[in-house]
Amino acid sequence: MNRLLTTAAAFACLAGAAHAEGSLSVYHWFEYIPQELVDKFTAETGIAVTIDTYDSNEAMLASLKAGKLGQYDVAVPADFMVSIMAADGMLDTFTPEEMPNLGNIEQQWLDVYFDPGRKSSIPYQWGSTSYAVNRDVYTGPIDSLGVIFTPPPELAGKINSLDSQNEVLILGSLFLGIPQCTTDREQLKALNDMLLAAKEGWASFGSDTAKDVLVSGDAAAGMIYNGFSAKARAEGANVEYAYPKEGHVLWMDNVVLLKDAPNRENALKFMNFLLVPENAAAVTNYAAYTAGVKDVAPFLDEAIKTSPENNPPADATPGVFAQACDQETQQFYDAIWTNLKK
Amino acid sequence: MAGFAPKTGAEGTGYTRIVGPLLLPTWAMIGIFLVLPVALMAVYSFLTKEFRGGVIWDFTTAAYDQFFVTRGLFGDEPAAIEWTYIGIFWRSIWQAGVATLVCLIVGFPTAWFIATRPPASRQLWLFLITIPYWVNLLIRTVSLKFLIRDNGPLNESLMGLGLIDGPLPLVNTNLAVQLGLFYSYLPFMVLPIYAAVERYNFALSEAAADLYASRWVTLREIVLPVVRPGIIAGCILVFVPSLGAFLAPDLLGGAKTFMIGSLIEEQFKGSQGNWPFGAACAMILMTLVMIVLIAYARQQSRAEGG
Repeated sequence: MNRLLTTAAAFACLAGAAHAEGSLSVYHWFEYIPQELVDKFTAETGIAVTIDTYDSNEAMLASLKAGKLGQYDVAVPADFMVSIMAADGMLDTFTPEEMPNLGNIEQQWLDVYFDPGRKSSIPYQWGSTSYAVNRDVYTGPIDSLGVIFTPPPELAGKINSLDSQNEVLILGSLFLGIPQCTTDREQLKALNDMLLAAKEGWASFGSDTAKDVLVSGDAAAGMIYNGFSAKARAEGANVEYAYPKEGHVLWMDNVVLLKDAPNRENALKFMNFLLVPENAAAVTNYAAYTAGVKDVAPFLDEAIKTSPENNPPADATPGVFAQACDQETQQFYDAIWTNLKK
Repeated sequence: MAGFAPKTGAEGTGYTRIVGPLLLPTWAMIGIFLVLPVALMAVYSFLTKEFRGGVIWDFTTAAYDQFFVTRGLFGDEPAAIEWTYIGIFWRSIWQAGVATLVCLIVGFPTAWFIATRPPASRQLWLFLITIPYWVNLLIRTVSLKFLIRDNGPLNESLMGLGLIDGPLPLVNTNLAVQLGLFYSYLPFMVLPIYAAVERYNFALSEAAADLYASRWVTLREIVLPVVRPGIIAGCILVFVPSLGAFLAPDLLGGAKTFMIGSLIEEQFKGSQGNWPFGAACAMILMTLVMIVLIAYARQQSRAEGG
C-alpha cells in the first residue's frame, strides 16, 4: 500500500513538472519541420510539442472553421490565407515586446500586404511555384510557361499538373498575361479554353506527388514548387527548374498566432525560437525553400545555399503573390476549375 | 426482413423482454454513427454556403440547383440542365459497375474453387485471399502503381521478353483505375459467394445430372438460385465502395477527372469550400444507393414470400 502511494505521488510530481512547462499544439503542413528542431525546442524550454498536419491551406481553414479553433496555438498558412484568416477574425495579435526576435525578420518580409508590420504572423519559409522539366527527355528552351500549357511534342502527354486550383489558374493567367481575380468575360473565357486545350497534353494531376512523378519518370515535366524540384534533383532526377519570362508564383508560409490559443505564452516562445537564424536555417536545410530571416547563411548547407532553384537568375521576371478574390469573382474561377476536371 | 422476435406466443414474451435492452448498443450505434451524421448532412445540404467553407443558417436549395441547373459560366444564360455533375456521377457509376462485373467474373470461380476444396485446406485458401488486405489500402494502391508504370517491372519484363516494343500505357488510364478497384475489392466478392457456395448441397447437382440436366442447365437452374444471395451481397459490397472510391482514380488514374469521391472531397478540402454542395452531392449519391438497395430488398422479400 505504501509503495503504491509513493508511486502515485511520484507520478503526480512528474505530471506536475510536465505541466509547469506546459505544452504547445501546432497545426502544420505535412513533412515541413525537422523532428530534431522540435526536440531542440523541447530541450530548451521543457515544453512538450504536439503536431497535427494538413495538406492544403484550404483543408486547414476548413478544419479550424469546423471547430478546431481554440485547440491549436499556431498554424502555418500561406500569404493569401493569412489575410483570409485575419479577415475572419481567426488570428490573435502580439506586441513587439512579446516577440523580441521580430528584428531578425528580413526587411522585405516585415511589412507584407497580408500582415502589415507583422502583428499576428512571422515568416516560416518562402519559395516559388513554376515548373521543372526532365533534361533527359527535353533539351529545348524553358523560358516560357508555354512548355507546360502548349507543350512541345517531346513532352506532350508526359506533364503533371498541380492538383491545386489556385496555383494552376494563376500560372495559366500569367501565361495569357491576364490579371488575377479578373471579371473580364473574354479573359476568363480565354483562360478556360486555354486550360482545356492544355489538359490534352497532361498525364496527371497531383500536388503532393509532384516530386515523385518526376523522380520515377511517370512525368517528364510538371508544375512544381522550387524546393520540391531541388529535392527531385537531389534524388537523382535530371530536372531543371524554370523561371519563365511570363513570371511565376511567389508564396510565403507564415507561423500565425491563432485566436483562443490554449497556450499563448508557449506559442510566442515557439515563434521567437523559429526566428533564431540557426533554427530558421534548420528548417531551410530540411525543406529546401528560403527562410525570411536575416543571417541564416552561415548555418545553411552548401547545396541549399547555391541551388539554382533558390537563386533565380538576375534577369528573371519577378514572381507574383496569389490574391484572394472576392466571392463574386471566385465563383468564376471555381467554375473554370470544375470545367477542367469534369 | 425486419422482425427479430415473435411478438406473440408464450415462448416469445420472455425472449423479447430480454432482447429489448440487449439491442440498446445496436440502436445507439445506428443512432450515433448513422442517423445523426446523415441527418446533419441532410440539413447542411439545404443551408447557404459561407465563402471559403462553412455554412450560414439560411434555408436554400441552391446546392441542389447548382447540381442540376446551369446558367452558363457567368450565370446569365437561360437555365438548362447541368450535365457536368450528372456526367461525373455517371462515370463513377459506370466505373463501379465494370469493377463489380470483373470482380464477379473472377470472384465466382475463385469462391467455387475454394468451397469445393477439402475442408482442411479451405481455411488456407481463404487466408491466402485475405492476406494482402492486412496491408493498408493506400500502400497497396501505390505498389500497384509501381508495378504498372512505364518503367515498372511489368513493362520491363514484357519488353525484356520481346513481347512488346514500347511500354504499355497503363498508368493514368481508366484501365488502371479498373485494375485498382478490382484489386481493392475482390475479397468482398469472394467471401460472401464462398459462404453461399459452402452451404450448397452438391447432392442437388448429382440429382440434376441423374435427370439428364446439362452442366449449363444445372448451373442456371439449380446452383445459381441457391447461391444468388451471396452473389448479390458480393455485388453490393463491391459496387458501393467502388462508387465513392477516390484513391484508385487519384493515384492510378492521375486525378484527371473528378469522381464522386474526389468531387465531394474538393468541396470540403479544396479551395472551393462549398460545404452545402458537398453535402448535397453526398445526399444524392446516398439516395441513389438507397434506391438500389430498397429495390433489392423488396425483390428479395417478394421472392421469399412467393
